[in-house]
Amino acid sequence: MASTAVGSRRSRYGLRAVGLVYVGAIVLIPLYVITYRTVADGWSTFWAAISSDEAVTAFRLTGEVAVAAVVINTVFGVGVALLLSRYSFRGRRVLSALADLPISVSPIVVGLALVLVYGPATGWFGKHLSFQIIYALPGMVLATAFVSLPLMLRELVPVLEEAGDDMEQAARVLGASARQRFVRITLPTIRPALMYGLVLTFARSIGEFGAIRVVSGNIQGSGQTQTTTLLIEDKYQNFEPGTYQLAMVLVLATILAIVLTSFRRSKEDVS
Amino acid sequence: MTLAAPPLAVSTADRAESPSGARLGRVSGLGLGTAVIWLSLLVLIPLAAVVAKAFGGGWSGFWHAVTRHQAVQALELTVGSSLIVSLINAVMGTLLAWVLVRDSFPGKRLVEMVIDLPFALPTIVAGLVLLAVYGNGSPIHLDLYATQRGVAFALLFVTLPFVVRAVQPVLMALDTEAELAAACLGAGPVTVFRRIVLPLLLPAIVSGAGLGFARAMGEYGTVLLLSGGLAKAQVSSQYVYGQIQNYDYVGAAATATVLLFISLAVLVGLDLLQRRAARRG
Amino acid sequence: MSIETRGIVKRFGNFVALDNVDLTVESGRLTALLGPSGGGKSTLLRIIGGLETADEGSVRIAGVESTSIPAQKRNVGFVFQHYAAFKHLSVYRNVAFGLEIRKRPKAEIKARVDELLELVHLEQFADRLPAQLSGGQRQRMALARALAVEPSVLLLDEPFGALDAKVRRELRDWLRRLHDDVHVTTVFVTHDQEEALEVSDEIVVINHGKIEQVGTPSDLYDKPANDFVMEFLGPVTTLGGRLVRPHDLEIFPHHVDNGIEAEVLRLQRIGFEVRVELRAGADEPWAQLTRGQAEALELAAGSRVWVRPLD
Repeated sequence: MASTAVGSRRSRYGLRAVGLVYVGAIVLIPLYVITYRTVADGWSTFWAAISSDEAVTAFRLTGEVAVAAVVINTVFGVGVALLLSRYSFRGRRVLSALADLPISVSPIVVGLALVLVYGPATGWFGKHLSFQIIYALPGMVLATAFVSLPLMLRELVPVLEEAGDDMEQAARVLGASARQRFVRITLPTIRPALMYGLVLTFARSIGEFGAIRVVSGNIQGSGQTQTTTLLIEDKYQNFEPGTYQLAMVLVLATILAIVLTSFRRSKEDVS
Repeated sequence: MTLAAPPLAVSTADRAESPSGARLGRVSGLGLGTAVIWLSLLVLIPLAAVVAKAFGGGWSGFWHAVTRHQAVQALELTVGSSLIVSLINAVMGTLLAWVLVRDSFPGKRLVEMVIDLPFALPTIVAGLVLLAVYGNGSPIHLDLYATQRGVAFALLFVTLPFVVRAVQPVLMALDTEAELAAACLGAGPVTVFRRIVLPLLLPAIVSGAGLGFARAMGEYGTVLLLSGGLAKAQVSSQYVYGQIQNYDYVGAAATATVLLFISLAVLVGLDLLQRRAARRG
Repeated sequence: MSIETRGIVKRFGNFVALDNVDLTVESGRLTALLGPSGGGKSTLLRIIGGLETADEGSVRIAGVESTSIPAQKRNVGFVFQHYAAFKHLSVYRNVAFGLEIRKRPKAEIKARVDELLELVHLEQFADRLPAQLSGGQRQRMALARALAVEPSVLLLDEPFGALDAKVRRELRDWLRRLHDDVHVTTVFVTHDQEEALEVSDEIVVINHGKIEQVGTPSDLYDKPANDFVMEFLGPVTTLGGRLVRPHDLEIFPHHVDNGIEAEVLRLQRIGFEVRVELRAGADEPWAQLTRGQAEALELAAGSRVWVRPLD
């Protein structure tokens, strides 16, 4: 791997140094500083910050919203991935492009879009509904599902395309029904990708900030719509203690997600 | 050569792309219907609502809203810093991909993981992290708080992996024999890279930089804290949020529409580029 | 169990893959569908198996009208070119799959799978994953898997296409012997005329979505219905404006009745055979002789000879 036609040993060390310094300045130093600030305040401060009522409520709310978004996007992702990889129909490309679009939309625009349609009183659909979507849990789930929509799909489609439909066809001639084929053949084939998709979608969901900020109304106390990210921002703006500690929880969750999904990459390296 | 074909139109190539593609049956047809309805409710109709709101007062209303001083200022900053960031990413991302693929050193796997962190980190946490180092009272005496450079730096942070991840697989699949052959013909390392490697990497670099650009255009959380919310260091997403807070939905939707169309144009452009690269083989 | 198709038409867009195909495969036979790629033979096999639906026409399997029976209820065995091994299941579970779907008792499944693994010589690999088998072994597993459900017919789509030449030859002989033992009506698709000639009881030549000829291997070789079949089944050369087999050319050092005068251009020895390249008027035919024949004729470049097709 290290052998290459281009570059002497000296230029290789040079490139390596530049690359590492860049990564260090952009990622590692900031990460070190925030870890330091969290730890510097001591373990008891950390514990107090993450076990306060508002923190626990925020964690629970974040979890609920994320789980709902993960479930929705898994059902949608598996279904659409199967459609895109196993069927040919008019508009296949358009569906694929549309499902990929949310990645490139500003979260604030996502929030605005949902408010315009589902907002109470003025929204296209919202004004006809008897229950509240925006400034309540359903809107937060919609916003989160929107921003994390393509992640599952992006994991599944390449795996399904690479596996081809030979196995499913073989199972079919052996007498397996559509349901049996899905459970016994397709599901085991996509299981690793499905797991990675779940982790990525969940990680993205607990971290959503902008879209949630627009649709949640950022309500504290009873009927709280303040998720962990909103609480972090709130505490920071009000100079309240606990900002770094709460942020650290999300940093650790992100690192865990990256470690879990890094196995995917190392497996690719081997093959 | 002209590319007259409409970008996202359904082409006859559809069927060729999935050779085993079966026709839709009852269950799969129902599934497609459900997916389309859900996608419409979640994505299409809301985005259409943004555009409709923006043009609710006709073209002049839209134009009036997007040409407000603050809107223009924010848009200039967003587009400008996104462009600069994409250029830096194109260079540094390629360099990092090169180091990760062709070099080997202890801790390489760790660097691999660290690269993903900025993208995966919740944006507000990323903002907080950057502020801790490059904000007021910076421990390394580099205060970027409320500056346009600070905005660019935040964008650089979140878009770090895009070019790296786009270039890496291409570089891995690259046959080093061509490089060796060029070297044997007397080409120096720089010439080999410029004449042999770079042309092959270029589509991936452009595609990674383009996706990073689209992401940077829409970034909000990471920029929020470092920009301090001051008008001169405010990106378009922040401006849109401000208009929403003021119940100026037309103003918010107008800038949002511009953002949407820029992302769409980038995606369509990249798609065309990819198809052209694929056609060349 | 016989197979009958009547008036099968299949189109992919504007492309007509099968054009009104009538085919009858008698019970217990080993039949090859032979033809160039893109000629429609795989499509026909997939329609028989129910993996593809015909636009028009009907399929009867073992006398039962099967056109609208879905693949999972047709009880056919199907072997795919690229094995279609269930990658996440052991060899044993692969072979047992169809029986498990049919909810047969465990003991019965075990007995049947063991018997089949023995038949395909994979008994010691029962616990392995397909990834740990060679290509030939995977294809034998696929065959055992297809046979496990006691299918009424066995359909093989280019079964040896992905294997290298040596393994291909071994499996070919083995399939022939297996068929002699098991006697299930078998149809296999191939584009390799040697494979078809060697293995099958009957060959169906398909080109451009139509059946060109049906017959035993020797029928087809010796009495091809048209130039296409003649060319596809073996080497051909042109003499006096018509197609002949090079080994059916007689060469004389002197004038003979119906003989055409020719000049030897070049002699080429390939193992035991000698290729004689000739010029006869506007044609440049070549003849295939044994080494002995060539030596007896004392042929050399520039020799004047008379050529005549064997009757």
